[in-house]
Amino acid sequence: MSPVSSGVGVGQIVGRRPTLHHVVPTIEFPGARRPDREYSIDANGVRIALHEWGDAAAPPLMMTHGGFDFARTFDAFAPRFADAGWRVVAWDHRGHGDSEHTHLYSWDADVRDASLVFEHVGGRRPLTMIGHSKGGAISLNLADAQPFRFRKLVNIDGMPSRRPIPDVAEHERTKMLAGEITEWLDHRAGTATAERRPGTIDGLAERRGKLNPRLGKAWLRYLVTVGAFERDDGWRWKLDPSIRPGGFGPWRPEWSLMRMAGIGVPFYGLLVEHTEPLGWGTTVDEIEAYLPDGGRVELVNDVGHFAHIEQPDEIAGRIMDFLGAPA
Amino acid sequence: MSTTRLVHNRVELALHTLRAIDGPNLLLLHGLGESAPADVPDFAAEWPGPVHALDFTGHGASTVPSGGGYTAEMLMADADIALGHVGPTTIVGRGLGAYIALLIAGARAHVVRGAVLADGPGISGGPTSPTSQPVITAETVSTTPDPFAIIELGRDLRPPDYATTFVRLANEGSDLPDPFVVTARFRPKWLRAVVDEPGVRQAGSIAEALAVYRP
Repeated sequence: MSPVSSGVGVGQIVGRRPTLHHVVPTIEFPGARRPDREYSIDANGVRIALHEWGDAAAPPLMMTHGGFDFARTFDAFAPRFADAGWRVVAWDHRGHGDSEHTHLYSWDADVRDASLVFEHVGGRRPLTMIGHSKGGAISLNLADAQPFRFRKLVNIDGMPSRRPIPDVAEHERTKMLAGEITEWLDHRAGTATAERRPGTIDGLAERRGKLNPRLGKAWLRYLVTVGAFERDDGWRWKLDPSIRPGGFGPWRPEWSLMRMAGIGVPFYGLLVEHTEPLGWGTTVDEIEAYLPDGGRVELVNDVGHFAHIEQPDEIAGRIMDFLGAPA
Repeated sequence: MSTTRLVHNRVELALHTLRAIDGPNLLLLHGLGESAPADVPDFAAEWPGPVHALDFTGHGASTVPSGGGYTAEMLMADADIALGHVGPTTIVGRGLGAYIALLIAGARAHVVRGAVLADGPGISGGPTSPTSQPVITAETVSTTPDPFAIIELGRDLRPPDYATTFVRLANEGSDLPDPFVVTARFRPKWLRAVVDEPGVRQAGSIAEALAVYRP
């Protein structure tokens, strides 16, 4: 981990990177476009990678990805907005994509990093935001804590309503939790030397397909070339190996919904018909009880958790109707 | 006193051995913003075995992480790394350390030979229900205690039903009749709920509590 050089302030640029096509074999995907600009900012000593599409002088449109994803998963979605006149700015959460692997990860840290990205892009000006999955839930948190940063808020299947706990007796649930905690602690004990498992492009695409079962092989292969890196023994996802799915803690998913009710800017939520491993399975009925004044939520049929990747034109069109002209 | 460096992900933890003799282990977990004591505390003078004390991440002689991100669960994993080194042990936790002692005693019920939950800094934690918590940042420092630790672990969520889950885990996994003794006089909601659970005793002092677990 490289420390931030002295004299660099929080939220300031700490490095510009060449686009990755100089160092990895290129796999094309129809409609996907690599970012026009890539750089990093300092978030209290952690390098956070930003990726931008579109005219640098255009109105900013912030995009943030879900858990275990990375900003380049917007490669096919963001250009549609850039071509419509937005400066799309997406960032990799700490430990994800091109952002730094760091010591600690937490929800609060992700919200704080997001706040610094907003500060870097817009200062204290309100910005328009699209968040997917965990990125959507983080944006609900940030919009509650720092409402002055938001102009309009779009949430794609990132409205947590409940923990997917099977309907079992209390003592069985305690046993399941015990197993979950033990596995997590065992994982933590091995993270100092952990590395992601190497493989071929096809192998990594196949593994990712288990979490993205509705996405095609061509897209997953493309993702490997922008979300993984190659060494002598093969490709590895960039995601910090200390980050793992699952987990436990005091946080209750429904608390995000309670925060949503108080959002004071135009809000548009999109839910999906098909439940997938990385989604919360939230229903329209659950959301409607907590919709902010003037907000709306829609169910998109025939898509899963990654609706914006499955049907980028359809989802981008709906969102652009809501956002109106870039401003 | 001797110090062992243990690795937890990218953090080096300092585990101090305050007294090295044969016998049952005692592990001390400090409060928020504190660090391991330099000497065996008076309350442990009669303990018939080695006495260890851990510096949590961002405290004492342990690593200061970049950019915060502290959670009580991550400190539980710090404690677990220490357990992996010392083996079965009784734990005394002060303040924040008391809460971490609760968590690890539930998570590793067969390794923790009783946990004493004592007063100390950071015993309260933050809210017990959803609130609008401000986004707070801190100065980046290279010395301990890390200001991010003070901020984040001073307001982490500790719902009572979450805390009592760890008492139940300890009761199911431990062969001790009472896996916990509470000596803390200040009792935030999570601790009041813990005291009401079976398997939790109360004592007037840490020394008295340790007598329960002394072989």
